[in-house]
Amino acid sequence: MTVLKKSLNSLVVLGLMTAPLIASAETAEEKGTRIAIEAKASDKGWQDMQTSMNMILRNKEGQESIRDIRLKSLEIENDGDKSLSVFDKPKDVKGTAFLSFSHAVGADDQWLYLPKLKRVKRIASRNKSGPFMGSEFSYEDLSSFEVEKYTYKFLRDEPCEGGTCYVVEQYPVDKNSGYTRRVAWLDQAEYRPWKIEFFDRKNTPLKTLTYHEYNEYEGKHWRPNLMKMVNHQSGKSTDLTYSDYQFKTGLDDNDFNKNTLKRAR
Amino acid sequence: MKERLFRFVLDHPIWVILLTVLFVLGSAYGAKNLVFKSDYRVFFSEENPQLTAFESMQKIYSKSDNVAFILSPKDGDVFTPKTLKAIQALTTESWQVPFSTRVDSITNFQHSWSEEDDMFVEDLVLDADTLTDADMPRLKEIAINEPLLVHKIISPQAHVTVVNVTVQLPGVNPVEEIPHVVSKIRQMKAQFIEQNPEISVRLSGMVMMNNSFAESSLSDNATLVPIMFGVVLLGMILLLRTFSGTFATVIIIIFTIVSTMGLAGHTGFFLTGPSSTTPIMVLTLAVADCIHILTTMFYEMRQGVEKKKAIQDSLRINFQPIFLTSVTTAIGFLSLNFSDSPPFRDLGNMVAAGVMLAFIFSITLFPAMLSLLPLRVKATHEGKHDVMHKLAGFVVRNRKVLLPGMSAIMVSVIVFMPQNTLNDDFVKYFDTSVPFRQATDYMQENLSGMSTMEISIETGEASGINDPKFLQSVGNLTEWLRAQPETDHVSSLSDIIKRLNKNMHGDDPSYYTLPDDRELAAQYLLLYEMSLPYGLDLNNQLNVDKSSARVIATFRNLTSTEQIEIEERIYAWFAANASTYEVDIASPNLMFAHIGQRNIKSMLLGTTVALILISLILGFALKSLKFGLISLIPNIAPAAMGFGVWYFIDGQIGLALSVVAGMTLGIIVDDTVHFLSKYLHARRDRNKDPKAAVEYAFASVGKALWITTFVLVAGFMVLAQSSFKLNADMGLLTAITILIALIVDFLFLPALLMKLDKNNLSTTEDNSNSAEGDNNDCVKKIA
Repeated sequence: MTVLKKSLNSLVVLGLMTAPLIASAETAEEKGTRIAIEAKASDKGWQDMQTSMNMILRNKEGQESIRDIRLKSLEIENDGDKSLSVFDKPKDVKGTAFLSFSHAVGADDQWLYLPKLKRVKRIASRNKSGPFMGSEFSYEDLSSFEVEKYTYKFLRDEPCEGGTCYVVEQYPVDKNSGYTRRVAWLDQAEYRPWKIEFFDRKNTPLKTLTYHEYNEYEGKHWRPNLMKMVNHQSGKSTDLTYSDYQFKTGLDDNDFNKNTLKRAR
Repeated sequence: MKERLFRFVLDHPIWVILLTVLFVLGSAYGAKNLVFKSDYRVFFSEENPQLTAFESMQKIYSKSDNVAFILSPKDGDVFTPKTLKAIQALTTESWQVPFSTRVDSITNFQHSWSEEDDMFVEDLVLDADTLTDADMPRLKEIAINEPLLVHKIISPQAHVTVVNVTVQLPGVNPVEEIPHVVSKIRQMKAQFIEQNPEISVRLSGMVMMNNSFAESSLSDNATLVPIMFGVVLLGMILLLRTFSGTFATVIIIIFTIVSTMGLAGHTGFFLTGPSSTTPIMVLTLAVADCIHILTTMFYEMRQGVEKKKAIQDSLRINFQPIFLTSVTTAIGFLSLNFSDSPPFRDLGNMVAAGVMLAFIFSITLFPAMLSLLPLRVKATHEGKHDVMHKLAGFVVRNRKVLLPGMSAIMVSVIVFMPQNTLNDDFVKYFDTSVPFRQATDYMQENLSGMSTMEISIETGEASGINDPKFLQSVGNLTEWLRAQPETDHVSSLSDIIKRLNKNMHGDDPSYYTLPDDRELAAQYLLLYEMSLPYGLDLNNQLNVDKSSARVIATFRNLTSTEQIEIEERIYAWFAANASTYEVDIASPNLMFAHIGQRNIKSMLLGTTVALILISLILGFALKSLKFGLISLIPNIAPAAMGFGVWYFIDGQIGLALSVVAGMTLGIIVDDTVHFLSKYLHARRDRNKDPKAAVEYAFASVGKALWITTFVLVAGFMVLAQSSFKLNADMGLLTAITILIALIVDFLFLPALLMKLDKNNLSTTEDNSNSAEGDNNDCVKKIA
């Protein structure tokens, strides 16, 4: 896989250099893949990150519910990131911690620490498509973006909030995915996603995710302060707010294992 | 004015026909807007409390319209590798059903178990290709011992299973959404059977029911309307012996139906099960006007009157009674506006409009056509006249027996009216020829009924569902519900929590209990929810801030009364055992269970208003308060007797039958109007005594009455053949009521008149314009 990826990368570099010459020869699929690789590359090197997440869940009746989570992530080259989440709200799951080694292909490794039971449980499940803490985000939507998770097709250029956007169709490789495809809007300047439309298994519009209030960190890493997910079928929605982004805080592999999971508070 | 209209019609028949055709074509253009709404929710007004409760529950949790594929392997065992593979394929394909949001089957059931500190949550059948016979006992064991599955998704004997597809209809285009779903479902069924001939497939669920509303009603119109046309044609040719007259009548009927339905389309009506019977009702009612005009015209012509003059005379004589009966019929149907159920209001308004259109066509287009068509009269003496004469003699002779005898019969039939029980079981709205009914009956026999109740329990506190006290209450409720004799299945959070508690303790069965710690329960649920796949989450049973939970109970198919009784029993359980929580119970079944009663109450008012209006009109038309009051008895008694007779036929009344009294009132009044007006005509203008007046009334309208009754009864009996029981019952009871009305008018009313209207007309007559009738002693019998 890594070999393939590396050769893909070099192909892209080659492609970039000769772009003006062979642009007309590039297929929509190739262009979509190239954009994905470039997007991933442009954000490369953030090393590790810490942030706080606040989720507001709303149903059709307007009832609300709040989730507070602290998140630590570690950048892993050539694979999915590692992440450790600690739940602060709702109150009765306070202290519950979730460790995940996401993988570009195949099931992720996941552990959950249940403070009341004082035990770490490994979640042996291929399901990434269910709602994350009852929200409109699935675990699949929140895990790190990896090029290999999708196949691509470039659709068109279109004006968007971030200037001009590439509109790219993304087809999940995982057969347990809840989607047939996603359509993503990435601005051409910084490869920031501005909007993603999700299509369910029967290819009808399911959800729309929009990104708001981007800030630049460490001179190149753009992160949104707000992500809004609206489910068109159920009328439910979730607002996800990030705060206190910190990068390169010195986390490493030793901060992401079953033992740190138990100690995470 | 009237005369000028008649003269214009007869002088310029071509113009009248052209204008009418233009009008009808203009109206018909609106028919393209007339579409069928097949959602069962159309039966409920927006202010209906049960609908409001149900809709609010659906917004808090998620919608629960569904399609159930009922699968029965012919070898009687679901647990074979081949069958499971077929079920898994169907489950996957089911995600392709339009608007589907969830698919539940034996294969994608989220089975959880643990191995040391590893918690597994995955499809019960993960990869059907690798299954062998050796896997079967284990899978079967898990499935039939899982409370979420057994009696809902799989039968305890494991011989029948269901793939349940939950759909969330957006409701943007209610006309096309359901057929869209159904066409995909049927295509899947056909494909499944082709690939798996050894498994039989049946289709049930709310979506199939909704679809059956439309299909049943529309196929009715395709078969019953032509039958009804046949009956009218045959009846008129045989009884009136006129081809031209029959032809003109058929044109009137067609024009009336087309313009009624077209205008309904123009004004934004849509069709529903009940209102789709409008064509057949209008057809039936429109005939009567034509018959009256034709009968008089032929009578005149037989007397040697020239055709055009005969038509004019007939119009003059019939204008008032036809107008009167049309208005009273329309008022009767308009009383349906009091109904709690919008489709019946639509039916009432559409038929009322149709009746008035029929009246207008009958006095314009009909004479115009008659004036152009060749009409010949044979000077034949008809036997019917003698029959009426004999009947009159019989009634006059036996009046002293008939009055108490008929009274006794009427009372003894009416006493059975309250014996009818209230029932609106929407499954039984369809007769056993409808596939949805067959499938649902099959499901009832082998798996579970279709009566569900959704019980929402609100703790009033965010995450309150994790409270051990709450969980214990839900657990107790679940056990109590399962102990009720009517219960087939209970889907409850407490079962999931118990299973998780067991999983968390190395699958030790002694931990299959509810945790006594709030945080523990919350953390179990968090773990479980993180492991569930797309569409199989807990959002259908927990609200967004986990302050409330929904328990869904499925019962064997119950009558409305039984359902309301269980609903009360559940509320009583909460009052006694868990009174701190706010509880709502709702479901489509409960909506139907309550609507019969609500509708009967609202229709009692509607019928009373119609009765008062009609009686006022009658009193005014008959120019007598006394005869207005007398007419009340033959107007009210038939409906009451009809319901008495119904006790012996079916004994169950509901939504559809609750409108029959109001509907028939306007129709049966016609008989009384015709009979009484002829009777009074004889008394006042011809100075006849009551006996002679009765004989005169029989002689002059007896035949027309029984022919129109015949047509009406035939028409509503045709409707009674509908496969949609709501319409069939309405047709049958209406037919019975109309027939009873004729019997009452022939056998009871004359006897009553002869009793009350003794020899003192002028002293009891309120209106003094009948002084000339005050010579009853000089008996002049008509020959």
